[in-house]
Amino acid sequence: MKVAALIKQVPDTTAKIILSGGGLDESNIKWSMSPFDEYALEAALSHAEAHGGEVIAITFGPERADKMLKDAAAVGAKHLFRIWNDGADALDALGVAAALAEVASSEGAEMIFTGKASADLNMSATGPGVATALNWPCISFVSEYNNDSAVRVGPAGKERVSLPKNCVITCDKGLPDLRRANVKGIMMAKKATIQLSAPTASTSNTEAGNLSSPPEKQPGRTFEGADSVSEVVQLLRNDAKVI
Amino acid sequence: MSAYTVIGEIQNGNLSAMTAQAVGAVVNLGGTCHIIVLGQDPASAAKTAASIEGVEQVTAIRGEGFATYDSQAWAGAIDAVAEQGHIAALATPLGMDLTARLAAVRGIGIVQDVIGITDENGLSFDRPVYAGKAIQAISANGPTAFTLRGNTFAPAGGGGNAGISIVDHSAEPSVAIKEAITQASERIDVSEANIIISGGRGMGGPSNFSHLEKIADHLGAAVGASRAAVDAWDEISHSIQIGQTGKTVNPSLYIAVGISGAIQHLAGMRTSKFIVAINKDPDAPIFKHADYGIVSTWEDALPALESSLAELLSN
Repeated sequence: MKVAALIKQVPDTTAKIILSGGGLDESNIKWSMSPFDEYALEAALSHAEAHGGEVIAITFGPERADKMLKDAAAVGAKHLFRIWNDGADALDALGVAAALAEVASSEGAEMIFTGKASADLNMSATGPGVATALNWPCISFVSEYNNDSAVRVGPAGKERVSLPKNCVITCDKGLPDLRRANVKGIMMAKKATIQLSAPTASTSNTEAGNLSSPPEKQPGRTFEGADSVSEVVQLLRNDAKVI
Repeated sequence: MSAYTVIGEIQNGNLSAMTAQAVGAVVNLGGTCHIIVLGQDPASAAKTAASIEGVEQVTAIRGEGFATYDSQAWAGAIDAVAEQGHIAALATPLGMDLTARLAAVRGIGIVQDVIGITDENGLSFDRPVYAGKAIQAISANGPTAFTLRGNTFAPAGGGGNAGISIVDHSAEPSVAIKEAITQASERIDVSEANIIISGGRGMGGPSNFSHLEKIADHLGAAVGASRAAVDAWDEISHSIQIGQTGKTVNPSLYIAVGISGAIQHLAGMRTSKFIVAINKDPDAPIFKHADYGIVSTWEDALPALESSLAELLSN
């Protein structure tokens, strides 16, 4: 069986975000696989091992994302796909999801794993969007996975759910960390080829505008020692009015 | 005038109190507001929804199948009864998942975790990106489904008297629950709390979180934790982790105890309206983001905090 991992390359979560001209200044950004997508790739690899299958890694992104796909190949992804063309960066979240679904479907994926959100734009739309495009169920916020059931956070707390035959799983913290590449994997990844395709959708319902810096916080007051606690409590009541 | 459908979440049979925030936000935009709730027995939640000021109509979708959350079945049921127009919900995990699915089903735009919204010939949104290190503006071309960050929009008041219609729906979930593992905590969830007290690695060990719980009890607060604490100690659940790989919170008061203030943590709490930090290290980065910083060990500061609060709140 084919198992798809939908992964995104994002600024490393420790990266300093510098804005220029209303956009992200990419000149000094270190790029990484989005942390929740690392869980997704690991879950996909483990699912493929348990059921005898191959993992296809699919990303939507510019050329720089090839490095991330090669990293995925180094840990065991067999087939690599990148979707992009001129103007692709204007596509909205559900347009991206539809493009990812199209590749996953045409490659015959029977299960699809992705992160619950990307660490950059945090739109949490890929899993539900892909599942809708394929008319599959989506099991979201999965924190434990054992190949025939998954633990997710439901409305009434944590619950173990059965897995439909075909579904999209969005991955949360709690799943095993992504395995590290070994030397053989890294050598194999060098030879791996990436299949490039263009998104078919070209219209978007939403349009991303400028990025701006969040408002600067006013410098606070510092108090020394536990003796100051009662004064702080009074201030919280009388000045800040928050208790 | 734009039409808005607000999806109300039901928790333990009751309407989520945050629903009034979504109503407040859309009424402020000058739109009409209908609420949809769905569940096995949504009558009580529907009644609460009908009492929110500004709500014109409540539709309760009732079905045995809604005992299990299945976004496909739920979005289908809502799509069948919601009028065309905008859809709003709170940016909770379930709210975001369901709203994204509904947007995809309808082929309309999706904008999650909104902190600002205006309507000038079309909706425009502001939302935090890059873990709160930047704000992204998004404009919509037509009907849009969006989720609102909690505790950001002023809630609508009570005193409303909207009509309620109940629709029976035979949803068949494709997801089956095999086992309930934990019940939702009795303590208020961090993503809904108005006051949060959080502990980090500086707390020294998981048993010391009991000191935070005592203070939380005085304040009616939720207890949170940093990633460092969750990673270090199995006893501290990921469900209370605040930060980039945990929950994003927006309380009116956030008290950080023994938390250094890593970027990862700041991403989840920097928009809190008022921040108090207690840390023995005067150079801890958290102090740069605190309104009030107390340089002290927690062992000294927390008992003092508890007795001060006890005295204040008994008066």
